[in-house]
Amino acid sequence: MTQELLLQLATVILLLPLLSFLLLIFFGKKLPRQGDVVATSILGLALLTSLGILFAKLIFYHDELLNYTFTWVDFKTVAGIGQLKLDLGIMIDNVTAIMLVIVTLISFLVHLFSTAYMSGDIRYSRYFAYLGFFSFSMLGIVITNNFFMMYVFWELVGISSYLLIGHWYEKKSASDASMKAFIVNRVGDVGMFIGINILWANFHTLTFEGIFSAIASGHIPFDSNPWLTAAGILIFCGAIGKSAQFPLHVWLPDAMEGPTPVSALIHAATMVAAGVYLIARAFPLMTADALVFIAYIGAITAFIAATIAIAQNDIKKVLAYSTVSQLGYMVMGLGVGAYTAGFFHLVTHAAFKAGLFLASGSVIHAMHNALHHQNDHHTDAQDIRNMGGLKKKMPITFWAFVVYTLAISGVPLTSGFLSKDEILAGSLAFGNLTGHTLIPMIGFLVAGLTAFYMFRLVILTFLGDHKDAARFEHLHESPKPMTIPLIVLACLSFFAFYSFNPFGASSGWFFHAVERPMSVVPNAVAAASAQMFEEAVHNVHFMAMYLSLSIAGLGILLAFATYYWKRINADAIAKALSPIHTFLVNKWYFDELYNATVVAGTVGLSRVLAWFDNKVIDGIVNGVASVTRLTSFASGRFDSIVVDGVVNSLAYLTGLFGLVLRKIQTGRVQTYIAFVLFGVMVFFFIYRSV
Amino acid sequence: MPMHVSLLHFLFISAILFSFGVYAVVTRRNAIMVLMGIELILNSANINFIAFGRYGTMNLDGQMASIFVIILAACEAAVALAIVLNIYQQFNTVNVDEVDSMRE
Repeated sequence: MTQELLLQLATVILLLPLLSFLLLIFFGKKLPRQGDVVATSILGLALLTSLGILFAKLIFYHDELLNYTFTWVDFKTVAGIGQLKLDLGIMIDNVTAIMLVIVTLISFLVHLFSTAYMSGDIRYSRYFAYLGFFSFSMLGIVITNNFFMMYVFWELVGISSYLLIGHWYEKKSASDASMKAFIVNRVGDVGMFIGINILWANFHTLTFEGIFSAIASGHIPFDSNPWLTAAGILIFCGAIGKSAQFPLHVWLPDAMEGPTPVSALIHAATMVAAGVYLIARAFPLMTADALVFIAYIGAITAFIAATIAIAQNDIKKVLAYSTVSQLGYMVMGLGVGAYTAGFFHLVTHAAFKAGLFLASGSVIHAMHNALHHQNDHHTDAQDIRNMGGLKKKMPITFWAFVVYTLAISGVPLTSGFLSKDEILAGSLAFGNLTGHTLIPMIGFLVAGLTAFYMFRLVILTFLGDHKDAARFEHLHESPKPMTIPLIVLACLSFFAFYSFNPFGASSGWFFHAVERPMSVVPNAVAAASAQMFEEAVHNVHFMAMYLSLSIAGLGILLAFATYYWKRINADAIAKALSPIHTFLVNKWYFDELYNATVVAGTVGLSRVLAWFDNKVIDGIVNGVASVTRLTSFASGRFDSIVVDGVVNSLAYLTGLFGLVLRKIQTGRVQTYIAFVLFGVMVFFFIYRSV
Repeated sequence: MPMHVSLLHFLFISAILFSFGVYAVVTRRNAIMVLMGIELILNSANINFIAFGRYGTMNLDGQMASIFVIILAACEAAVALAIVLNIYQQFNTVNVDEVDSMRE
């Protein structure tokens, strides 16, 4: 396989989902089974191609960067700048190759799952079309080699998430959620846009390579290190929006209004992964300050989301907050400098979180059917308080769910243990190196919280007794298209796919393939070098492992004690700590806070502007209009009275003279002769003396 | 005391004759009468010419001029009578008061 072939194949992978989108959006209803087979097989093809690229890349071109750049717009010579052109292109490094597989894999499984989950939906083919469009947008982000295309596909991801979250737009909450997701994302995108413009203004190129080499050669934005930090943080703002980081995390839980497979796609492989991927791509230009900022944002997000997840009762809401929390982990990992670990967590998390969402979809599907069978339209099919005991009825879903839960809790032998452990070790090393000890503390605390709320979810959903015996009889395991993706993803949640050593990923192929890129920022503002960091990680690795294991174990134990053995009365604790509990149930009042400040502020500002428009602008316009009317009226009057009066009176006078003078025009020659004689005599009289 | 007939006498006669002619032209209704008035005016001019020929420095030039005037008067009378005949055919009258189509 030549490099050109790999790049061409990557382009084909990018275009395949677009083809699926175009086919389904135009001919969806005419295709057999409304086109779901077409869409699923196209994604399957993309998955196989991606796997081919990954293997070829790792085997033949392990350390090479495959890059293809072409000039899209040549501005020729621009005054004051010189040669200016906009280069676009694609590139494949190991990160790209891995992401290609992750995106197409999750997308393919979601397609497969949806053929069963969404059957009978009113906009079935359009749903699949949008899935294809979403995959296309995400793949665009993955294979681009410049910030320009990154931004374009970034916005495409935004619009396709809007379309999918609002799939059931007849529901007010769904259409609201889709708008919220889109608008909140825009807030972050503005920052990213400014960041990209800072880079363009200074380097006149947007390719990663061009920017990094310019910075490496000592050319930094506006010749000041703070500007470089600002550029990094502004680009990170895009990730705050897309990856649902504090303070823009509020859209993600609401996005649960979309169909459950869409949640799996958004929260595992696409959209939220885009933000983490962006940080990974922009990593070399991040200064130490920017990275600390990123690490704190990640830690705060992880903590807030984990605390909220404890108090939620909707199965999808718990998973949504766990996603936010895990994304916080990834961002924190990248921020502390554990580049590989952060990206590794993105990959492992993509598998088990997609699995968790699909499994919850399977549960909701079963609950929904049972409730439908009973003609019960009041019970919430997503509330875990209405579940319990599903283990007996849905064994495949249960065991898959357990595997994912073990993975997300960081139990050994799972993929989640490997990645989480590396992040925690990285944060501990970071704490030791820089003194920011708050970050590892939050990291370990969140690990415990995660284990607790995930096992709470498992116990309440699958163990114990079902709340309604009659309904229990009608619960059934989901059909094959739904269980196969669950099994595949459960397999991918084991350690063996990433490293043969179950207690350390650093010797596996993944850590070998994805290495922390060299920082290009000036030494004065650079974070600790990769080598120093590696040594620090090595020193604390075992300590981090024991700590995280014991904290996770404690969390699991606590969950069992509370919800399975009932040794601890959860309700009593909730009552005793009712202010805190209410605070958590209401999600730290973020929505209320934003409604009271940003939303109310915007509405208030709009009101003020509307008032200004209505009263002042309209007043001025109307005033000008009435002044004009008055002037016209006066000038009209002047015209009709003065000007016309002068003209008319002249005419009248002329007529009057005419009337008088016509009297002497008798037509008789004799009269005229008489006048002539009279005139002659007058002349004689006048000139008599001359 | 013998009365000398002088230039002034001729001019006086001529002026009186001219006045009669003008009076006739201005007051007569009949076009023929108007023409006769014109003849009077012309003849008053002739008297002037001859008087200036006798008493002034014109000598025979005055008589020559008056002969020219007589010839012209004959021509003028012929043309004018033709016009009057045409007017009569057009308006059935030779009364100049009624021939006022020049008015409007």
